[in-house]
Amino acid sequence: MIGLSHYLAVAAILFTIGVFGIFVNRKNIIVILMSVELMLLAVNINLVAFSVFLGNVTGQIFAMFVLTVAAAEAAVGLAILVTFFRNRGDIAVDDASVMKG
Amino acid sequence: MTISANLAYAYPLAILGVGAMALLVLGAFAPKQTTLVGAGGVILLLAAAAAAAVQPFGVAFGGGLISDAGAVFAQVAIYVASAVAIPLGQPWFERRGVKNFEFPVLVLLAALGMGMMAASGDLISLYVGVELHSLALYVLAAMHRDNAKASEAGLKYFVLGALSSGLLLYGASLIYGFAGSTLFSQIALVAGGAGNTGLLFGLVFLMCGIAFKVSAAPFHMWTPDVYEGAPTPVVAFFAAAPKLAAMVLFARVLANGFTHAAGEWQQVLVALGLISVAVGAFAGLVQKNLKRLWAYSSIANIGYALLGLASGTAEGVQSMLVFMVLYMVDVTGFFACLAALSREGRAMETIDDMAGLFRERPGIALAMTVFSLSALGLPPFSGFWAKFYVFKAALDAGLLVPAVLGLVGSVVAAFYYLKLIKSMWFDGSAGATDKPPFEAHAIAVVLAIFTFPVVMLALGGLDILAGRAAHAFGLA
Repeated sequence: MIGLSHYLAVAAILFTIGVFGIFVNRKNIIVILMSVELMLLAVNINLVAFSVFLGNVTGQIFAMFVLTVAAAEAAVGLAILVTFFRNRGDIAVDDASVMKG
Repeated sequence: MTISANLAYAYPLAILGVGAMALLVLGAFAPKQTTLVGAGGVILLLAAAAAAAVQPFGVAFGGGLISDAGAVFAQVAIYVASAVAIPLGQPWFERRGVKNFEFPVLVLLAALGMGMMAASGDLISLYVGVELHSLALYVLAAMHRDNAKASEAGLKYFVLGALSSGLLLYGASLIYGFAGSTLFSQIALVAGGAGNTGLLFGLVFLMCGIAFKVSAAPFHMWTPDVYEGAPTPVVAFFAAAPKLAAMVLFARVLANGFTHAAGEWQQVLVALGLISVAVGAFAGLVQKNLKRLWAYSSIANIGYALLGLASGTAEGVQSMLVFMVLYMVDVTGFFACLAALSREGRAMETIDDMAGLFRERPGIALAMTVFSLSALGLPPFSGFWAKFYVFKAALDAGLLVPAVLGLVGSVVAAFYYLKLIKSMWFDGSAGATDKPPFEAHAIAVVLAIFTFPVVMLALGGLDILAGRAAHAFGLA
């Protein structure tokens, strides 16, 4: 029988992969955007699992808000990425290092 | 409750939301009318501040939105600070060939998000408010599109901001799951019980997320880069109002939702506060760029605000509110000075650039001196009174050691403020500067006059208003 703890474990693993994707990744900024998305969707698994377990619909409403915001966030992120690409001609993570210290 | 009865508690937010969309349509159909859109933005923000000042107290939208003295105090301060950002920023962009109407609209949307943060009564409205203001700020940071530094700043801000939103949201989902409700008032009933580890785990994640937003160390790594790269008037905006909104959110979550877990979150806040003071004081010592320097200064100052909040009393919340409002004036004023200064069309951003400024531009040099001495905490400038409130609240709550360590950090930080002042007053001139633009110059001078001596008169009123606001958070 699959219980609440299984869902929470999957969400925790996905969330951790997302966080590591941001910190460990040294190649491409698109990968960072995908990692951010992964974190938000891991949270959605949490919310929906809790919602079903508690018999309380608030979690599913929350998940809808998260999906909407995630879409807006991806749009803003890609737009900023495009301006960055136009200035640099590249989107490698190591290039984002004009400022240091 | 009907929708119109609910809206009676949300007029400021409704004004900003509808107004932002109306200005967007106006801008889309008349793209040349940028000044008109900017003026509209200022009027809408001031109208929202007025509406907030007179709105009735109560709870709306099933507990999602709270209207109390705390929310009103924060909203008025946020809207007025945002209204200052538009006249400071828009002409600055136009002088650099970025003539667009989106700037006021984005400031309006950011102000709407911050207003929601200050008035949120449950985790969903908290999250939507945080995201609304963050998304607008990411775009503002990258607004100077042809500037490589600005787009890099926007990108870094976005990536780390998205990470912090993820942490905040993960914490919110755990809190919801273990408390069974997203309402702060319901969470408070559960959070009192013993041994609720899941809930505290969620609280830690949520606090990490908000600590990112206020740029408290060790979650500060985005701040120096973003401050250095982003356009100066935009920094003047997001170093001020969003910090207040996030600090009020901190107080809201901790005082309303986790009243009975005060012992746990006080320790976390003391640790965050002291690390921030230390990082801000020591890392600032080696900075050459003034925008980076003031990024570290803002980290240190957030540390003091967190120490005030860590007292866990109504006096502590009051000290945090007074501190943040006075700090907002300080930091906006300093960045207005930087926005006003240029030499042969090139921005003056390093300490060396400021050499001999007193002989070139005595007015601005004097204003910058006032802001620096105030941030340093020298009496009788506003920063001294801000720190006085914080240390008094901390001592009354028995936080003797953190208060002493905070004072030591303040002494260390004095070095870099004094270095800047010495460079402006005593070093040889580095060359003639351009005539400062009227609006940035005027804003800098007015804010400097507020920092000293007007603050002596305003402090009495601020004390009463902040005290009333602090009691609304429900701490003893």
